[in-house]
Amino acid sequence: MHRRKKPEPKAQLMQGNEACAEGALIAGCRFFAGYPITPASEIAEHLSYRLPQVDGTFIQMEDEIASMGAVIGGSLAGVKSMTATSGPGFSLMQENLGFACMAEVPCVVVNVMRGGPSTGLPTNPSQGDVMQARWGTHGDHPIIVLSPSSVMECFTLTVKAFNYSEKYRTPVIFLMDEVVAHMREKVVLPEPNEVTVIDRVKPSVPPEWYLPYEDTSFGVPPMGIFGEGYRYHVTGLVHDIRGFPTLRQDEIEPFLLRLFRKISIHFADIQLVESFHTEDADLVIVAYGCTFRSAHRAMVEARARGLKVGLLKLITIWPFPRRVVEPLTRAKKTLLVPEMNMGQISREVKRVNQGMTTVLTVNKIDGTMITPQEILEKIEEEKK
Amino acid sequence: MIEDRPLIYKYLRHDKKFPHVWCGGCGIGILLGSLIRAIDHLGYTKDEVVLVSGIGCSGRLPVYVDFNTLHTTHGRALTFATGVKLAKPELKVIIIMGDGDATAIGGNHFIHAARRNLDLTAIIVNNNIYGMTGGQYSPTTPYGQRATTAVYGSVEHSFNIAQLAVCAGAVFAARGTVYHVRQLDGLIEKALLKNGFSVVEVISQCHTHYGRLNKLGNQIDMMKQQRDSAVPVEKARKMSPEEMEGKFEIGILVDREAPNYLEQYNKVRQKAKNALSLQLTKEEKEESERREALDKQ
Ligand SMILES: Cc1ncc(C[n+]2csc(CCOP(=O)(O)OP(=O)(O)O)c2C)c(N)n1
Ligand code: SF4
Repeated sequence: MHRRKKPEPKAQLMQGNEACAEGALIAGCRFFAGYPITPASEIAEHLSYRLPQVDGTFIQMEDEIASMGAVIGGSLAGVKSMTATSGPGFSLMQENLGFACMAEVPCVVVNVMRGGPSTGLPTNPSQGDVMQARWGTHGDHPIIVLSPSSVMECFTLTVKAFNYSEKYRTPVIFLMDEVVAHMREKVVLPEPNEVTVIDRVKPSVPPEWYLPYEDTSFGVPPMGIFGEGYRYHVTGLVHDIRGFPTLRQDEIEPFLLRLFRKISIHFADIQLVESFHTEDADLVIVAYGCTFRSAHRAMVEARARGLKVGLLKLITIWPFPRRVVEPLTRAKKTLLVPEMNMGQISREVKRVNQGMTTVLTVNKIDGTMITPQEILEKIEEEKK
Repeated sequence: MIEDRPLIYKYLRHDKKFPHVWCGGCGIGILLGSLIRAIDHLGYTKDEVVLVSGIGCSGRLPVYVDFNTLHTTHGRALTFATGVKLAKPELKVIIIMGDGDATAIGGNHFIHAARRNLDLTAIIVNNNIYGMTGGQYSPTTPYGQRATTAVYGSVEHSFNIAQLAVCAGAVFAARGTVYHVRQLDGLIEKALLKNGFSVVEVISQCHTHYGRLNKLGNQIDMMKQQRDSAVPVEKARKMSPEEMEGKFEIGILVDREAPNYLEQYNKVRQKAKNALSLQLTKEEKEESERREALDKQ
């Protein structure tokens, strides 16, 4: 008998949007509510085909406001839920997104960025929603925002987005761009048993002892699920630890502070970055999303020309990975931030920098990607 | 009502959330009583009931009762409820909305929920005004009536909410008043039992704003007006539009059958799985052929 070869893991050509949808499925997402919009529609289309195969539910709602509401409802009833949209729809989701922050409802919101403002450039890439992802909903609140730069990352980071949302009971925004969403690349998807999936912690105390918004050392209270015996009140009003609306000063601030603290004490877990040659570099490019791809190429070319250039890839955009950027500014490395907007992340880099070193930018808003050449030119100009 | 006392103790979060925010004599409390009696009579457990509301005086209703309660954003209660029901179909999902909540800011969700026919029960408190924000005109403020944003009288025509539900496809639509409270108990029960999207419009008094601004008297006067203007649907059908002027019909406007959304979606799941198993058997066949070929080498 011949020995049987283990079948090779299947490599496949996949689109970013599809990879995101598959990532959601493997993370345990079983509910999707959305409204069609370019360049995010493929996520909905793929999930409308895949979710019913796995006893999940897909629904096309009447608009993005409804989609966001349905996603929150689904999550409260115990099912991991997601929606996907682009700029105009993302704007419509903001009020209910704030509800998810306030009521601490885990969910994932994909925003595939296209050119804006308004209907803008429906089929062109942009990175113009970085600040909207951070501050789009009213009121002071923390938020987690991840940004993929490859098709494989569309898959792996969607899983991470679900994991963070479940672990920290918060909406997570998956900020893709049109390039990454529509690009096709070869990927080898892992088997379900090779993927770490985190589920929300549920209460284990008897229902009559359950305090749905009680502070814990981890900062995140266990989450009761509708229909599982823990009857409680969920509201977008500021509430006490029992979930009931409150106007007491001694309850308002501790509650809001906990919302911040549950994220801030876990920065080390949440802030994902990747560094390339930053140690010996005297100029470091800080990039994210599709722009990272050009930046990487620019770095390789610059190094080939003997220039000491490094690269910091931001995977987590918010909370902004200050603890990684700050040492670079202290080491007096010149920072170069290319992005497809008028300077949304560079603004944050400058805020962290506080005048320690030079922060350069390459900004492009003509609906096309920043090329490696454009970044290289900026580097060479600086090195002259 | 003496007989309600044990019920109140059974269902209200009386030790936690009182006093309530409503004005004394507001109709919303009467509706709450009806709702509790209907739920109790039908024997739903507290754990299986999810009470979802929007924003407004009516939106404050769920916080007082010991169910799974969800107080959402203005106009969006039906969207949250849709998610809850789709995620856990075994739950009994009831939605409480105000007239502005359901038919102004939430109007689009309302007609689409009716069209979609998910098994939900929507109860709409129609007090002809925006109560919580202090008496601005709503889509149900009658033509010519006053509000703080219509001090010269409203020049817009009002919605007939129950009729709107009928036209949008609700399988059950009824109207009651908080004056006709026994009938209201029954209408809510029927709506809860209905398989599909059911709507009960509840005419209620906001004496604090609508009553005061339009000189309609106190809460008792306003309830008497409900008594005098309500016409049973059967009788209303025989009356001319002129005779119905200033009056409204109460009772069941429509009660019809249609497959509900989840019954339909289960068919989608079955189709998807059938397609998947066909696809799998094809792939399995290819895989075993590949292995046989390897063995032969
Ligand atoms: C998006 C949004 N817009 C406006 C408001 C302010 N607001 C709160 S309640 C309300 C109207 C409530 O009227 P109605 O829905 O008729 O309910 P009622 O208070 O009469 O029961 C408004 C406009 C809000 N909370 N959210
Ligand atoms: S303002 Fe009107 S609707 Fe609101 S509680 Fe008072 S009477 Fe009721």
